[in-house]
Amino acid sequence: MKSILIKNAKILDFDKKKEVIQDVLIEGDKIKDVSQGITITDAKVIDIKGLYLFPGFIDAHAHFREPGEEYKEDIASGARAALHGGVTTVFAMPNTKPPLDSRAMIEFVKERSLKANYADVLPVGAITKKREGKEIAEMGDMREGGAIAFSDDGTWVQNSSVMRRALEYSIAFRTVVISHAEDTTFSHGVVHESFISYDRGVEGYPSQKEEIAVFRDVKLAELTGGRLHIAHLSSKGSYEIIKMAKKRGINVSSEVTPHHLLLAQEEIDLFNPLYKVNPPIRTKEHRDALLEGLRDGTIDIIATDHAPHNWYEKETDVNSAPFGMISLDFYFSLLYSELVRKGKLSLFDLVSATTYKPAEIFGLSDRGVIKKGYIADLVVFDPQREYVLTEDFIRSKSKNTPFLGQRIRGCVVYVIKRGKLFKIEEI
Amino acid sequence: MQKGIKRKDLLGLKELERGEIEIILETAFSMKEVLKRPIKKIPTLRGKTVCFMFFEPSTRTRSSFELAAKRLSADTINISGVGSALQKGESVLDTMLNINAMGIDAFVIRHASSGLPYFLARHTDTAVINAGDGMHEHPTQALLDMMTMKERFGKLEGLRVLIAGDIRHSRVARSNIYGLLKMSAEVRLFGPPPLVPKEFEQFGAEVLYDKKKALRNVDVIMGLRIQRERLLESFFPSIREYRKFFAITPQDIENLSKDVLIMHPGPVNWGVEMDYDIIKHKNNVILEQVTNGVAIRMSVLYHFISGEKLDEEHLN
Repeated sequence: MKSILIKNAKILDFDKKKEVIQDVLIEGDKIKDVSQGITITDAKVIDIKGLYLFPGFIDAHAHFREPGEEYKEDIASGARAALHGGVTTVFAMPNTKPPLDSRAMIEFVKERSLKANYADVLPVGAITKKREGKEIAEMGDMREGGAIAFSDDGTWVQNSSVMRRALEYSIAFRTVVISHAEDTTFSHGVVHESFISYDRGVEGYPSQKEEIAVFRDVKLAELTGGRLHIAHLSSKGSYEIIKMAKKRGINVSSEVTPHHLLLAQEEIDLFNPLYKVNPPIRTKEHRDALLEGLRDGTIDIIATDHAPHNWYEKETDVNSAPFGMISLDFYFSLLYSELVRKGKLSLFDLVSATTYKPAEIFGLSDRGVIKKGYIADLVVFDPQREYVLTEDFIRSKSKNTPFLGQRIRGCVVYVIKRGKLFKIEEI
Repeated sequence: MQKGIKRKDLLGLKELERGEIEIILETAFSMKEVLKRPIKKIPTLRGKTVCFMFFEPSTRTRSSFELAAKRLSADTINISGVGSALQKGESVLDTMLNINAMGIDAFVIRHASSGLPYFLARHTDTAVINAGDGMHEHPTQALLDMMTMKERFGKLEGLRVLIAGDIRHSRVARSNIYGLLKMSAEVRLFGPPPLVPKEFEQFGAEVLYDKKKALRNVDVIMGLRIQRERLLESFFPSIREYRKFFAITPQDIENLSKDVLIMHPGPVNWGVEMDYDIIKHKNNVILEQVTNGVAIRMSVLYHFISGEKLDEEHLN
């Protein structure tokens, strides 16, 4: 493969907290050099003056539905949607049918990912057998087979002893246990409980459903010393608990989704199933706390919780529709457009939460930064280019997002995956 | 011709303006006159077709709507969950679109899911009338309740209306709260706290957990059905205890300083939210409500199908 030389790249220097202009030389699948004024004769040269070069994004939470519901998404279409959005590494959650609870299933996902050859799809193994919350699954064998972390995503491990043992056991395999923190015995509903849910007569569940679970898991992390990660934080109370836990030195990290950062219950049509997600879109107060959490470092990373569903599954009433929305194809540019441009989040915070922080949390030591020797997973981002989000733009098999029709300013223009250059239009 | 109603659908009283409520009530009183005639039928909606889609059990509302349509000479058809293509897995939307293609002037829809009539209404130009959606709204019930109050008191302004029982799960409560507040009445809500969440104060109603305080100076007491199945979710400990602290008894009514109207949208769980003996009370207007229900639904069908203000000659 011919070397690639990227000239005049605007790069974020996280140590000095400033933007620097550098050239980046890529040889094979690695970054060979990052410095000023690189000249080399035998290379494909791209001058990206005025554009950003970011590390490829890492999304620690997506649902690819394979095996079992390939009509919604499969590993190849999901990996393609990811790459199209600048995501070069994406985690596939194990709540497939059947679930990813054995080494064979983990290897199946790895194989499919390799064959698809878009973003790297890293499988997350189930914490418990069949995701039933009763007995811990063979985490060691799955880890050896390539599981990046463990989660029963979609359900909480209700039994405190089981969760305690999982956190303890995970220590031997130096991995992370991800909790979908929601007390399953508490308040069933389809939206956030508030005056708005009472007004529309739609059964809601309060943020305490999440907070109770977050608190227990934090306490179990404290007890065991296991590495805990809380998925899709959605409430102010959860933010406060994590903040307290971090202050006490408990080994916990957390994530927030793009939709929980952007949407508030006061501003959406509660009857529209495109807004139906779990955990639910809560009120402005919660959304603002999540943004604050990202700014003050309580919340470490942004993860999509990309949850594809076929159009007719969402074209119904809010009670019958399934939970979830997609965003892999566009979330970074959408967040850039809505948060960075509007001064609500710094570009440094957005990029760290989507690149090196997830790499650090999950021990991906070969990616997430632009440095010599790292994998050449890179994104060229044009902060000025505008596009309208249409169904045609989306590479995911499913189009279930309420952001269709949104004008987005800022656009991924090139993605480099392991040294291979893709123009966005060609993905 | 003057337009009476500004919208295609009757989905809830939240959306309706005070003026529109007044027009519907006014027409309903005229329709009630028709119902007193020896021949209770007028040709106003001749050649129009109303489709009833009731996906939940209903006695009163369904027969009331059907009679209303027939009194206005409209043709009617019925679709229900049982015995239709819905049992073969067809979606409610597909069913509606197919029936609509046969030429329908109004759909009257009842469904267990809040918001379903809104969803269907977006997919058709035909009028959609909400006959009760989940815990959300039941606009014609609240309209007939308001008609009954207006009939007795001559006005709605300033009336103190107590709604007692399972407010949390009640679409009747929500529609009445919206309607009554728009008409400048006062609304009080009473019941055990799990069934009357504090959040309801944000509607502009008063939330009370003490029966004495709740009953003070009221003009109307409206009971709502306590759903026994709620016991499983522990909203309250037992029917026995509910009766002890929250049921409206003849003694309660006896103790009031003035006459009150006793209402209930039905079906009544006699002996739960209201004591058996209230059935005999002279101010019990529960059956009057049912009669007014037909008049209100005639008025609603008339306005949402014809879109016109009522002209006297339409009554002939």
